[in-house]
Amino acid sequence: MATTLKPVDVVVIGLGWTGSILAMELALAGQKVVALERGAYRDTTDFDYPQAADELRYGIRGDLFQRLSTDTVSIRHDMDSVAVPYRQLNAFLLPNNVGGAGVHWNGEHWRPSPEDLNFLSHNVERYGKKFLPEDMTIQDYPVSYDELEPYLDEFERLCGTAGTAGNINGTLHDGGNPYEGRRTRDYPTPALPHTEGALRFAKAAKELGYSPFPQPSANCSVPWTNQYGVRLGPCNLCGFCERYGCYLYSKGSPQTTILPALMQKPNFEMRTHSNVTKINLSADGKRATGVTYVDASGKEFIQPAELVILSSFQINNVRMMLVSGIGKPYDPKTGEGVIGKNFAYQMMSEFGVFYDKDVAINPFIGAGSGGQAIIDDFNADHFDHGPYGFVGGAYILGGTTGGRPLQQLNVPPGVPAWGAEWKKAAKDHYLHTTRVQTHGSVMAYRGAYIDLDPTYRNALGVPLARITFDWHDNEYKMTKFVTEKARQIVEKMNPKAYSLTMRKPGDHFNTRQYQTTHITGGVITGADPRTSAVNRYGQSWDVPNLFVFGASAFPQNLGYNPTGLIGGLTYMGAHAIRDQYLKAPGPLVQA
Amino acid sequence: MSIESFRSRRTFLKQAISVVPSVTLLASASELVMSKGAQAASNGRSATPYQPTFFTPAEWAFLNAATDRLIPPNADGPGAVEAGVPEFIDRQMESGYGHGEFWYMSGPFVTDVDMTLGYQLNYTPRDLYRAAIADIDKVCTDTHGHPFHELDGSTQDEVLTSLQKGTLALPHVVKSGEFFIQLLANTKEGYFADPMYGGNKHMGSWKMIGFTGARADFTDWMNKQGQVYPLGPVSVLGEKG
Repeated sequence: MATTLKPVDVVVIGLGWTGSILAMELALAGQKVVALERGAYRDTTDFDYPQAADELRYGIRGDLFQRLSTDTVSIRHDMDSVAVPYRQLNAFLLPNNVGGAGVHWNGEHWRPSPEDLNFLSHNVERYGKKFLPEDMTIQDYPVSYDELEPYLDEFERLCGTAGTAGNINGTLHDGGNPYEGRRTRDYPTPALPHTEGALRFAKAAKELGYSPFPQPSANCSVPWTNQYGVRLGPCNLCGFCERYGCYLYSKGSPQTTILPALMQKPNFEMRTHSNVTKINLSADGKRATGVTYVDASGKEFIQPAELVILSSFQINNVRMMLVSGIGKPYDPKTGEGVIGKNFAYQMMSEFGVFYDKDVAINPFIGAGSGGQAIIDDFNADHFDHGPYGFVGGAYILGGTTGGRPLQQLNVPPGVPAWGAEWKKAAKDHYLHTTRVQTHGSVMAYRGAYIDLDPTYRNALGVPLARITFDWHDNEYKMTKFVTEKARQIVEKMNPKAYSLTMRKPGDHFNTRQYQTTHITGGVITGADPRTSAVNRYGQSWDVPNLFVFGASAFPQNLGYNPTGLIGGLTYMGAHAIRDQYLKAPGPLVQA
Repeated sequence: MSIESFRSRRTFLKQAISVVPSVTLLASASELVMSKGAQAASNGRSATPYQPTFFTPAEWAFLNAATDRLIPPNADGPGAVEAGVPEFIDRQMESGYGHGEFWYMSGPFVTDVDMTLGYQLNYTPRDLYRAAIADIDKVCTDTHGHPFHELDGSTQDEVLTSLQKGTLALPHVVKSGEFFIQLLANTKEGYFADPMYGGNKHMGSWKMIGFTGARADFTDWMNKQGQVYPLGPVSVLGEKG
């Protein structure tokens, strides 16, 4: 029998990036906020040096990630197959605990390109409707780049993000991204210096006529105090970033940017090991009355609230909507319904670039995103796609994020995976190898979606989210095109040898190969309740006192890393709740 | 504020010098941390050879023989056995990882799916070693008249290669390639992970390739790109190489 608790103004489900922003903004607005986090509490002392620099614990066993023994997803390639559980973390990492994926990201802090936000109408206008495959279900965001700009800026200020501006108020600046949308001001902190691998990439790219620039990075380069009075310190290129907590207070995370201020608010309460199993609805289903959750001892509680913020990881947002019966589940056969619609991922390719022993790459000197060089000429719609028959694209990146030998040691093509030959190659090449990568978009398709698995359940008995997904021709064409452009840069870098990992037509989505953790969609944003689950502010069309934040809102996946766009959409929603919703609760957009 | 353990950044910075890192470790991760015995062993001061806890003598013989073929000893650097890889794997079998706590292990187990859908066997790491080693030794004995560890090096390599290709039919383990994936991964883990886990003795693998270990501070090298970094590795527990 569940215990019903005292009502609060706001209940926040999941205390990662988006939950921390909402909790902070609503606590600042005077609301009594309770955050329910299924995992443990973590602050920056959990990532102390030197224990933070432990590849086995963090990089390989994944100490910061969700333990799949308690919860996972199931995956299949098509609608006619039986899905099987994702039993080991490989292709994408599922986060857990306070801070969520905001703790263990790399800090690649991108804004979308303006056309990423009106992606359907832009492509139809430029290339015509027939250019898009019949089963491609891409949509526009219900917000333009210029409308979103102040909130993209706000999230950069939060993180002290380092970079070199390419476009300030319409004026292009050398050294920055010539394709970036109009910024109203420069990055908070200057870009970190390039690593040796990035310098070589940038030089070759320049010789080929491109305009390389430093990757925008939430790896702070100089001390920075953000809008909540929280201070970040400079990155030292330690080489332990993705999959690790930052021991230097340099990587933007809820712990380094929000929680020190939030935890001191008397009107904020955090409850850890509190796993929300359901959002409760009124009898007519039009209003959320609160949530049901289970604590560490297995006791069940009902937390009533006036406003519910769903801010868990993308896949968990989708499952919570399905389990709670909010919104119409998506049906891939008819194309009707919205919850679970438009699951997408990203498509990468990677070159190992091998030099002779006279070139010191020092791969262990690296940051998650700082110190990397980029060209953005073949991303989004930065070039004429007409002759190539696909939409979307990828950025091309050069440099090293670290030299951790279990995950980042490359050997030249043709070298076996073990034995004396492998060992000699590891010894000879480790210090002299860098990498070039393409980081690409994936479109939405009628048959790529999320629903509830009919067989497999998590430790609490809740059905697993089931992902139905495989690659499509548009993405094979995209990755081949951009990878060939990257190959020209790699060859210009004049290495002794290079290796290439690329997905080709016929290759299935391989859950054993890490690509990115950027899984998106399922509770998508839009202008029409028939084709989207939430409005531009993240507000549910069906239950107006429920707001949903995160990559679940993306109608399709862009070529950039998602966190900058997530932060912008979240701040836009948070301000709308503070400035409009709390004064007059109800739908902020009329359907 | 509801969490007593929370300390503000200011308080933390004041206290940082006296903070003992081990008290901040998560309980769930504590099992990964070495015991005092492991510390002595990893420092190479242990007078007696390591005695396996999980593996039986026959399994231990297989593990020593197989890992030393995967990473053989030679002039380039230490082999797997010299680096303590079997000890590392034995200790891992006693950890949460060995018991399958990191993997989703609920059924039904559907094994006839494409390899791209990932590991689908009903074996935790411990169970997989137990079942696969017995299977492999039986096949080796049936085919070559001896268990794996008694075969010559080139025959051992042939067996490992057929395991890698998944072509070695085993009596119980339906996908022999899955065992090879785990064995090779664990072997490289023991070779390259921090020495506190029992492998990578004296940071031998890090010295061989030039990795700096837990040094993790390159502020002074940020603007010296292209110059050879001069310092050797350090381990999490402060061993210097």
